[in-house]
Amino acid sequence: MIEQTTPAAEPSQASASAKPVIRLESVFKTYDLGEIQVQALRGVSLEVYEGEFVAVMGPSGSGKSTVMNILGCLDRPTRGHYFLDGVDVSQMSKKELARIRNRKLGFVFQQFNLLSRTSALENVELPTVYAGIPPEERAKRAMESLTRVGLADRAGHHPSQLSGGQQQRVAIARGLVNRPSILLADEPTGNLDSRTSVEIMEILQTLNDEQGLTIVLVTHEPDIAQYSKRTLEFRDGKLRRDNIVRDRSIAREVLLTLPTAEEQAAEDAEDSARQEKLAADKAAL
Amino acid sequence: MDFMNTFRLALRALARNKMRSALTMLGIIIGVGAVIAVVSIGQGANYLVQQGIAAMGTNAVFIAAGSNRAGGVRQGYGGVRTLTIDDMNAILKEIPLIKQAAPSLSSGQQIVYGNQNWNTRVTGTTPNYFDIRTWPVQSGSVFSDEEVDLAANVCVLGTTVEKILFLDEDPIGKTIRIGNLPFRVDGVLASKGQSSVGQDQDDIIFAPYTTVQRKIQGITWLQTINASAVSQPASLAAVAPITSLLRERHRLRAGTDDDFLIRTQADIADLQDQTQSTMTYLLGGIASVSLLVGGIGIMNIMLVSVTERTREIGVRMAVGATEDDVRRQFLVEAVTLSMLGGFIGIIFGLVGSALISNLLSWPTLISGKAIIAAVIFSAAVGIFFGYYPAHKAAQLDPIEALRYE
Repeated sequence: MIEQTTPAAEPSQASASAKPVIRLESVFKTYDLGEIQVQALRGVSLEVYEGEFVAVMGPSGSGKSTVMNILGCLDRPTRGHYFLDGVDVSQMSKKELARIRNRKLGFVFQQFNLLSRTSALENVELPTVYAGIPPEERAKRAMESLTRVGLADRAGHHPSQLSGGQQQRVAIARGLVNRPSILLADEPTGNLDSRTSVEIMEILQTLNDEQGLTIVLVTHEPDIAQYSKRTLEFRDGKLRRDNIVRDRSIAREVLLTLPTAEEQAAEDAEDSARQEKLAADKAAL
Repeated sequence: MDFMNTFRLALRALARNKMRSALTMLGIIIGVGAVIAVVSIGQGANYLVQQGIAAMGTNAVFIAAGSNRAGGVRQGYGGVRTLTIDDMNAILKEIPLIKQAAPSLSSGQQIVYGNQNWNTRVTGTTPNYFDIRTWPVQSGSVFSDEEVDLAANVCVLGTTVEKILFLDEDPIGKTIRIGNLPFRVDGVLASKGQSSVGQDQDDIIFAPYTTVQRKIQGITWLQTINASAVSQPASLAAVAPITSLLRERHRLRAGTDDDFLIRTQADIADLQDQTQSTMTYLLGGIASVSLLVGGIGIMNIMLVSVTERTREIGVRMAVGATEDDVRRQFLVEAVTLSMLGGFIGIIFGLVGSALISNLLSWPTLISGKAIIAAVIFSAAVGIFFGYYPAHKAAQLDPIEALRYE
């Protein structure tokens, strides 16, 4: 039974299109492990419209990763259909799926997954390489993408020379370089501290609000889910809840309330000074 | 994805770990370098020998007494007794293609002078032998035609024999014992050094063939007729007429083998070529084993590389790389490695053979064929040994790959 606070058919404010960009129709996924059969998804149906910002949640084993893999065209449903932009991709060949991933989807991972010893620009270029785009055009598009995430001045840096937040921004730029309509993010803030996490959410919200980018995000943190507009909760291979987010967090505003790096350093200095004084007083006694 | 692109990306991927790439290439570099050096040196040696053969006179025709078949068992050359001085004179008379000829027959003999002794080859011949072989004297003179007619006990020494028997003494006019017979030394031949097969050409004594026939060996026949034709084409053209003349003189029926063997300069040169190429290819083949080892090294490293880059492969697939893309990428990396190694190996091989030729004063001939073979071979090694790792990479499941720790 799916519990919905609002009917799923009602699109978010950014879109008025009648056709969904993502539609799962009774999708089942079974893994055959010889003697055991694992039913990862048991009849999932859902729709996502253009411009939505959806958070996929659930405990491990709930099927949320499996759903993301299918949405990302990295895996095929055992039964059922997946319509991406109206096209049934569920039975496409591996080669065709690769092409779809290249043109229509952008990926952001928890562990950034950038190529080491490679410049940010070359990292962002990667999807364009497989799109068969000539070298000069590739560099141009990569720069545009880096500019969108505010890292144009770091184009020549290697990941080892970038902070976690910057690396994730490069990853987002990479995900956007072929101008896909959908961005899939798997725990994008999992490896980042609180402030940087909010900075990343700000970028995602901006991309979603200003450019109508459809975003599907997997997270297990309710705080992060609060930045999205709609949450899908999975458990035991089924979609259990489909809610519109109430009191949505706006990252830009949240950032103002968080201490900056300098303020944090100052606070740490105060703390350690206080500790030393306490220890000195104790010793004097 | 076009090839120039793939190639450039491969280079960049290899550059990410320069040390590892360099070490992987080492096997190929050594293998190719060794093959190139060996082949160049071998060809150089061949050239040297051919020069030596040519120096003997390109118009030479050798007629050796043939093999003897006694009851189906060949007894080796020289066992036959039918080649005579009359045959030689007949050839000179009836075959104008032949300009001059000298007989020869040899055996090993114990030589004594004072308290020195030595065992060497004593060859009987005529004075014009030394013209045919372009072998001048360095002191004294060669025996004369009259001394040949008289079967005189005279001889000329090679420089090795001279040094061993006479040390610093002047041998001209002295008497030595060959077998148990006294011989007067008339002259010493100039040094010829080592032959192409490593034999000391100066370890020899020449005497009139008549003396050797009657007094030393007690025979009436010859082992070899050393002839010289008017020109090189003439030497080849003379083979047929000499053959039919000798068959007629020896009364050989049609269908029986020749009881002699005719070799021209060209034959000897060919034989030398064949022997040398066989040797060279053999050595080259052994050196190629190193190439194989290099290939295995590449496969090894590529497998490690694929495992290390599992995550990276997952990401590439996620952003749109097909199985073909991934396979091609790793294959090109392997081939780039092997061909780069091949080119460096070629350079090392050329430098190495130049160094060796400098040290040994040996000419080295750079074989264009060997270089092309090396290039093709290194590409083939890269493709063959790179295929399995590339295939493994392409078969990775992107989801598993992305999860890989």
